[in-house]
Amino acid sequence: MYDFKGFTLDWYKELFQDTRLLIIVLNTIVVALLAALISTMIGVLGALAIHMARKRNTKNALLSLNNVLIVSPDVIIGASFLILFTMAGIKLGFYSVLLSHIAFCIPIVVLMVLPKLSEMSPSLIDAARDLGASGWDVFSKVIIPYISPGIFAGFFMALTYSFDDFAVTFFVTGNGFSTLSVEIYSLARRGISLHINALSALLFLFTMLLVVVYYFISKRNKPNGMGVGK
Amino acid sequence: MENKLTRSLYAVPYLLWIILFVVAPILLVLYYSFFNIEGQLSLSNYEKFFTPVYLKMIFSSFWYAFLITAISLAVAYPAAYLLTKTTHKQLWLLLIITPSWINLLLKAYAFLGIFGTYGAANNFLEMVGIGSKQILFTDFSFVFVSVYIFIPFMILPIFNSLNDLNPTLLDAANDLGASRWTTFRRVIFPLTIDGVKSGCQVVFIPALSLFMLTRLIAGNRVITLGTAIEQHFLVTEDWGMGSMISVFLMITMVLIMMLTGSRKRGA
Repeated sequence: MYDFKGFTLDWYKELFQDTRLLIIVLNTIVVALLAALISTMIGVLGALAIHMARKRNTKNALLSLNNVLIVSPDVIIGASFLILFTMAGIKLGFYSVLLSHIAFCIPIVVLMVLPKLSEMSPSLIDAARDLGASGWDVFSKVIIPYISPGIFAGFFMALTYSFDDFAVTFFVTGNGFSTLSVEIYSLARRGISLHINALSALLFLFTMLLVVVYYFISKRNKPNGMGVGK
Repeated sequence: MENKLTRSLYAVPYLLWIILFVVAPILLVLYYSFFNIEGQLSLSNYEKFFTPVYLKMIFSSFWYAFLITAISLAVAYPAAYLLTKTTHKQLWLLLIITPSWINLLLKAYAFLGIFGTYGAANNFLEMVGIGSKQILFTDFSFVFVSVYIFIPFMILPIFNSLNDLNPTLLDAANDLGASRWTTFRRVIFPLTIDGVKSGCQVVFIPALSLFMLTRLIAGNRVITLGTAIEQHFLVTEDWGMGSMISVFLMITMVLIMMLTGSRKRGA
């Protein structure tokens, strides 16, 4: 493969004829979308719970518990989830991967939504209450629209994280199920091939696309910006 | 009362998540660390942990993590300093941060090609007349690739704290006759130490737990704590020992975070 002759799209063609690989790509996308969606829903509720906590101690305790999965190394998350799923009798495969992706995406969503919530003036809620809004109305017509930039940012962050994850997935994916990064890893262990090069290029482009979308969402909604952090 | 109950009902999924996926896994890892490979309750893992084999592995893991952190710091600090002097700071920062968005695997894979026998690095060595060398699967390649991967995470906090530095302080130091080196040593560095600390924290802990790079780039020559955990869980299936090392890694992590944590806590 080291004798470079010229440019060709043959390897992409081969890539798209490989049905096994296409199924894996599909798996990865389905897992990422579902994980991002579900973790966004739970994460928004979690951010609300942290925001509404009356006692300072409760708030801090919830926040620290929230951050445990962000600071722990992937290997530990993967290993502990492997034990968890085995103990709970969940078969390793699609569901274990999905559950663990949801699990490590939730704290990210919470951290994206929380600043928006604390930015929101409490008088907005009081005003809505005064005007006779029910609890559900306040939630759906005042809070959600206000924090929606945070929700979108969290969703795309979760999508990127889930799409990019290798270590955790590697631990909890069983024999039959595989995602793109696990597949690339097992191919890469066998050495370089043009096949993976094409696959990597696609993965790279897709991640970049997600990042750009995320960048524009956060740019549009946060003129006072949080910087380029993750 | 019922109002209060329904009010807190929305928090149920989140609390369930905390119990099931945050608290339970940690407890399970702790629990498993007390089982030996035959599945009997014992302290043998803790005994095994203090044998020379494991101590050597831990020492080398810490050594590599230290090396990676030190080199990243040495590169990142001047880089961050230069960044704050440029006109388009945010754009440059974005360019430096962009690689951290790309999948770790892809970066590792790219280096497989670059460092390979017929790769760009060897072509270059060939061209300058040194001749091709075995670069891949050496300690050098492992440290190099890890540093490359961690540098953005080091630059970001240092850049932030340098950027927050009040420039009038530098003028004051200058006025009072401090040389550039003294200014750096006595003013700039102490004021940006928080950035350096958090940079070291976000590099050191992941560097201890790398496992994919050690396999792909270092060709199993380097064994970090992460590699050991992966080995125990997925290859030898000795979950007890794997959990034991995880517990050790977690304790180390907490210690490092306490050591490098800034005083402005509890926000």
